[in-house]
Amino acid sequence: MLFSGLLNTIPISLEQGLAYALVALGIVITFRILSFPDLTVDGSFPLGAAVTARLMTLNVDPLVSIIVAVIAGFVAGCCTGFLNTRLKINSLLSGILMMTILYSVNLRIMGRSNIQLLTVETFLTPLENLDMNRFIPIIGFFVVVAFAFKFLTDLFLHTQMGLAMRATGDNEQMIRTLGVNTDHMTILGLGISNGFVALSGALVAQDQGFADVGMGIGMIVIGLASIIIGESLVGVRSGKKGVMRLTIAAIVGSVVYKFIIALGLRMGLAPTDLKMATGVMVILALGIPALKSEKEGKLHLRGV
Amino acid sequence: MVRLEGLRKVFKRGTIDEKTAMDGLSLHIHEGDFVTVIGSNGAGKTTMLNLISGTYSPDEGDVYIDGDRVTHLQEHRRATYLGRIFQDPLMGTASTMTIEENLAMADLRGRRRGLRWGVNKTRREYYRGILRKLDLGLEDRLKDTVSLLSGGQRQSLTLLMATLSMPKLLLLDEHTAALDPKTADVVMQLTEKIVADNKLTTIMVTHNMNQAIRYGNVMIMLHEGKLKFDVQGEAKQALTVEEVVKRFGADLKDEALLC
Repeated sequence: MLFSGLLNTIPISLEQGLAYALVALGIVITFRILSFPDLTVDGSFPLGAAVTARLMTLNVDPLVSIIVAVIAGFVAGCCTGFLNTRLKINSLLSGILMMTILYSVNLRIMGRSNIQLLTVETFLTPLENLDMNRFIPIIGFFVVVAFAFKFLTDLFLHTQMGLAMRATGDNEQMIRTLGVNTDHMTILGLGISNGFVALSGALVAQDQGFADVGMGIGMIVIGLASIIIGESLVGVRSGKKGVMRLTIAAIVGSVVYKFIIALGLRMGLAPTDLKMATGVMVILALGIPALKSEKEGKLHLRGV
Repeated sequence: MVRLEGLRKVFKRGTIDEKTAMDGLSLHIHEGDFVTVIGSNGAGKTTMLNLISGTYSPDEGDVYIDGDRVTHLQEHRRATYLGRIFQDPLMGTASTMTIEENLAMADLRGRRRGLRWGVNKTRREYYRGILRKLDLGLEDRLKDTVSLLSGGQRQSLTLLMATLSMPKLLLLDEHTAALDPKTADVVMQLTEKIVADNKLTTIMVTHNMNQAIRYGNVMIMLHEGKLKFDVQGEAKQALTVEEVVKRFGADLKDEALLC
């Protein structure tokens, strides 16, 4: 009974975990690469969903609606970066401000608090109409998307500009004396990150068939939980190829997180307690190193 | 090469903690000069370097580098002019990145960074060559992250990075002070060699009087944000620690200076 239950949760965890992997990937860019605690995510995830849903009800091509959603997320991230670097607003507060503003923006975009897409042909409809179990093409699609963006991120972080971005998070003073405008790097990184998150939001909306203004609540905590789980499984600290491990950790972590949650629900965890359980998971992961007074376990963040 | 004209900088103006860190300093440094700077804590040594490198702007006065007025140029825009090394070995390198990535970033000092590969294959061989000359065994560790290196190794790497793209000016801010005496010696000899090989104009702030006297062709002493004393050429060569202490001992309250 438990075993077959386990098996049943695997496809759905894979589908959801891979769809949300882009959120974790975005959070890797802000929290890990830029050392910037960006909370915009809670707003940019539903932003992506809202944009794509609204455009599709206006009969815009699904792919176009996704691209517009990504651009919207990118702009939202850049705004957070602007608040922090130009207006000198604390990094956490910048994200919270944008997240709050985006709540209203999302309601404006949708014109109401949620949009159903069940009757509309989505980007994934052709895949679902294939003559096989729906999970196979859908999971395949999300695997391709997640790994394509992981790969692109790895490539980017090894370019001249990517090195400058990593150095901005690692040692801002040093890379500035080498002639890099770290403000631009921060803004660009936040833009890319939130572009990923909005893409995830858009794809999730197309997959689930609805967009809801509240679907982003706690997204940052879910993303953090995912990367923490992923990093402990992949073993980030021991490796030399840090960046590639960080990005793979995001994908692995996201899938494993969804699996743990699905398992929890099966074993009687109330859905209303999900966010609390996730929060406690993150607290434990961040707090245990402090209790053991291990310095290296601490999160290094700028401008907090 | 470097001209400072009437630099003034006051911190926390109008408060009880108001401090005049730079009080009308003027200085002219010629091309190829190796200037050592001494002075007790709060004399304005680091403030002077910060004004030259653009960490902040002066309240009055001007900074010229190589004939260009750079007084209000932002820090990252001055990168083509100068390389700077700090006292803390952690400050000059990105610790989560590899040795070759750090060198590659320094290679592009002040230039546009695009979407080409960060570490270029032909340059990698060049990095290996210059690391071999350091004789610290780093040439075989190009892909190790810098966090694995010792303080002395990191500071040596920083020195290479600062001079890799031939800045017009090298600023050394007590860059051996945090190292143990033996390592400090190694790094200092390396500094002298790199400066001489590349004929770099150099300003070195130091707490160590012996170092200030032994290296360089000009020595200046700052006191309360003003130029107290400068000596160059043969007079500098003939200088001894005892003499400086005898003349300025009263102003040099700092014990570290006398060792």
